[in-house]
Amino acid sequence: MNKSKEKKEILKRPPEFDLAILGGRVVDPESRTDRIADVFVQGGLIKKISPRKAKGKSGPEVRVKEVIDAKGKIVVPGLIDMHAHLREPGREDEETIYTGSCAAVAGGFTSVCCMPNTEPPIDNQEAVKFVYDKAKEAKCKIFCVGAVTKAQKGEELTEIFDLVQAGVVAISDDGKPVSNSQVMRNALEYCKMFNLTVISHCEDTNLSSSGVMHEGLVSTTLGMNGIPSVAEEIMIARDLKLAEFTGGRIHIAHVSTQGSVDLIREAKRRGIKVTCETTPHHFTLTDDAVKTYDTNAKVNPPLRTRKDVAAIKKGLRDGTIDCIATDHAPHSVEEKEVEFDFAPFGMVGLETALGLVVTELIKKRILSWPQAIAKLTTNPSRILNLKSGRVKKDFPADLTIIDPKASWIVDPAKFKSKSKNSPFGGKKLRGKVCYSIVDGKIVYP
Amino acid sequence: MKLRSRHLLGLEGMTREEINLILDTAESFKEILERPIRIVPTLRGVTVVNLFYEPSTRTRISFELAEKRLSAEVVSFSANTSSVRKGETLKDTVRNIEAMKIDMVVVRHQCSGVPYFLTQCLDSSIINAGDGAHEHPTQALLDLFTIKEKYKEIKGLKVVIVGDIKYSRVARSDIWGFTTMGAKVAVCGPATLMPYEIEKMGIEVYDDVDQALEGADVVNVLRIQLERQEGGLLPSLREYTNKFGINIDRLKRLNENFTIMHPGPINRGVEITPEVADGPYSVILNQVTNGVAIRMAVLYLLSGGEAKVE
Repeated sequence: MNKSKEKKEILKRPPEFDLAILGGRVVDPESRTDRIADVFVQGGLIKKISPRKAKGKSGPEVRVKEVIDAKGKIVVPGLIDMHAHLREPGREDEETIYTGSCAAVAGGFTSVCCMPNTEPPIDNQEAVKFVYDKAKEAKCKIFCVGAVTKAQKGEELTEIFDLVQAGVVAISDDGKPVSNSQVMRNALEYCKMFNLTVISHCEDTNLSSSGVMHEGLVSTTLGMNGIPSVAEEIMIARDLKLAEFTGGRIHIAHVSTQGSVDLIREAKRRGIKVTCETTPHHFTLTDDAVKTYDTNAKVNPPLRTRKDVAAIKKGLRDGTIDCIATDHAPHSVEEKEVEFDFAPFGMVGLETALGLVVTELIKKRILSWPQAIAKLTTNPSRILNLKSGRVKKDFPADLTIIDPKASWIVDPAKFKSKSKNSPFGGKKLRGKVCYSIVDGKIVYP
Repeated sequence: MKLRSRHLLGLEGMTREEINLILDTAESFKEILERPIRIVPTLRGVTVVNLFYEPSTRTRISFELAEKRLSAEVVSFSANTSSVRKGETLKDTVRNIEAMKIDMVVVRHQCSGVPYFLTQCLDSSIINAGDGAHEHPTQALLDLFTIKEKYKEIKGLKVVIVGDIKYSRVARSDIWGFTTMGAKVAVCGPATLMPYEIEKMGIEVYDDVDQALEGADVVNVLRIQLERQEGGLLPSLREYTNKFGINIDRLKRLNENFTIMHPGPINRGVEITPEVADGPYSVILNQVTNGVAIRMAVLYLLSGGEAKVE
C-alpha cells in the first residue's frame, strides 16, 4: 500500500481515541518518565503513551476525535491540591465548590481537597455527602477532608469510620490545631485502622495568641503582635512524637519555618511516618510583604523571614517537603479591606500556584520539572491514596498541559475564584496552563 | 524646603533635614504661643478632622489647640473601636467624613497601620496621632524639640528609654527620631516587654536599669500599664517598681545636667517616684507645652507651608 492509500484506509475506520495529545514533553514522576511522547485517551482513561522516536518522527497514524498539539509544552498528571478552602457550605459569598473548581482548573489543578472548616464543619457523613453532591457540578475532582473532632472543637473524635465510608481522603481540623495531645493521639491511633492520614495544622495557640504576623524585626518595627516560629515548631515536635509513639500517619500542613523543616527532616531520617507540605506563598514571600499593611499578605502561618524561605526551598529540594499545596483561602473584599489586626487570615492560591512553582522553583533551579511535578501530583496522591496523579495506561486521564515559556502578569480581577485576595497582583510569572483535562474531557480553557 | 510627604505617618524614614525643619518651624510657633493673642490666621479655611478611636486627653487637646490657634476649622470625633466594628467599616466611616469636604485628618487608633490605611482610601493629608504600638510621631518630635531646646544639639547625647518597650509607640518613634538626629539610644525594660530583635533597630538593649542609666543624659520613662500584669507579662507592678522604677537613688548614675522625660499619663510611684517626676531636671510639663507648637508646625508644613511663619 502506498502512503495516500494507507491514509484513506485509516480515515474509514472509526476513531480509536477520543483525544490525542501529540508531541509534548511528558513528565510522569511515578514512572520516572520525562520524554517527548504522544498520549492517547479513550473513555476517560489514558490508553496509550507512545514515545516519539529521535528526530521527532511521528508514530503510526491512528484516528482520533480531537488532537492537541503539545509541541513545546509539558504534559503532566493533572495537578492535585491537597489543601484548599472552598467555603461551601456557609460562605458561598466567598467561594463555592463550583467556583473553586473553576479557579482550580484555570490553575492546572484537576483534583482539589477541600478542608472541613466550613460553616458548619464537615464533621459527619451527611456533610460529606453534601460536598460530594455539590462536587458533581464541579469542573474538577473534589476530594473531601473530614474533621478530626466534632465541630472542630478539639474535644471528641468525629465518627471517622462513617466519614471514611462517605469518602473522605484524610482528616484534619485545619484552621485550628488539635491542641489536646490525648485527642491527637487518639486520632492517630484510630486512623491506623483505615490507613488514613491525619493532616495537622500545627499551632500552639497560647503562643500565637493575638499575633497577626511573624514575630521578628518587622513586627517589632510595625508594633504588631507577632506569631513566633516556635508556635508552629512546638506542635510539630509534639505531633512527630505522637506519630512515632502511635505509628500513625501524620501530614504536617503548610510548613513555614526553618525549625519545622529541620524537625521533619530529622523525623524522616528516624523512620517516622510523616509527610508535609508547604505553600507557594511560603517559598516566595517574606514578612516584608506586610510592611505596607497589605491584608492580603495576612496569612496563617504567617509569612516568615528570608532565612525561613531559604530553608523551605532546601527542604523542597532535599525531599523533606513532599508536597506543594495552595491553602487557597478565599475572603471577601469587605472582610479584607479593614484594619490589619481585624482582617481574617488567608489568601487565594489556586490560580497562582503553578506560576509561582515555575518562576520561583523551576526557573531558579531549586527543583527540576519532574521534582516539582511530583510535589503537585504523585506525592499528594500517595498520601491520600488517590488514583489520580499519574500518566499511566488505564488510569484516569487527568492531565495538565503547561507552556513553560509563556509569561503572564497576575491580575486578581481576572481570577475565576469568587475572591480576589491575592498579594501577587502585578507579579510577572512564568509558566501558563494551556489545558486542564479531567477524565479525558478538556475542562480548561 | 518642604516635607517630602503630605502625610505624617511616622518618623521611620524621615531625614534629619525634615526633622530639623519641623523643629525650627515649631520654634517660631512657640514664640506665637507666648504672645498675649495666641492665634494666627495660617490655616484659615482649612478643615481638620480629629478621629480618635482610642481614649486620649493630652494628645487630643494638644491637637485641637494647635488647630484652633492656626485658625483651622476643627471637628472632633471619638469612638470606641469595638462599637464601631459592629457596624460601619473604618473605610466607610472615613470616606463619608471626607465626602463632607475636609482637608486633613488627625487619627489615633489602637491598630498599627490605620494612618497608612487612611492614605489609601482618602485624598486628605493624614497625621498619625498614635497607631497601636507602631508610631506616635508628634510625641517623638516634641521630645526632640524639648531636648534640643535644652541642649541645643541632640547629636552625641545618650538617651535611655525605660519601660514597656514592646507595646510603646512612643518608644519606636523616639528610637527613629533620636537615632536619626545622631543621639545614642538605649532601651531598658523587663525581658517580657522587650520586642523580639529590637537590637536590630541599631540601639542598645538593657535589662539592668542601673547599667542602662550609666552615663546617660536623657531618660524617657514610659508608662507601665496595669494590663501587662493581667496578661502575665509582669508578675506584679511592685516587682517592676523595684527593678525598673526611676527613683532619686538611680539618678546618681546619670551625667550632670541630665533630663527626665515622661510622655504621660504618669503612674506615680510605679515607673517613677513623685520626687523624680517633679524634680528640677524633669521636663514633663515643658513637653506638654511644646506639644502644641510641634503640632502647629506639623499641621502648617503638611498643609503646604514652607516659608517662615510671622
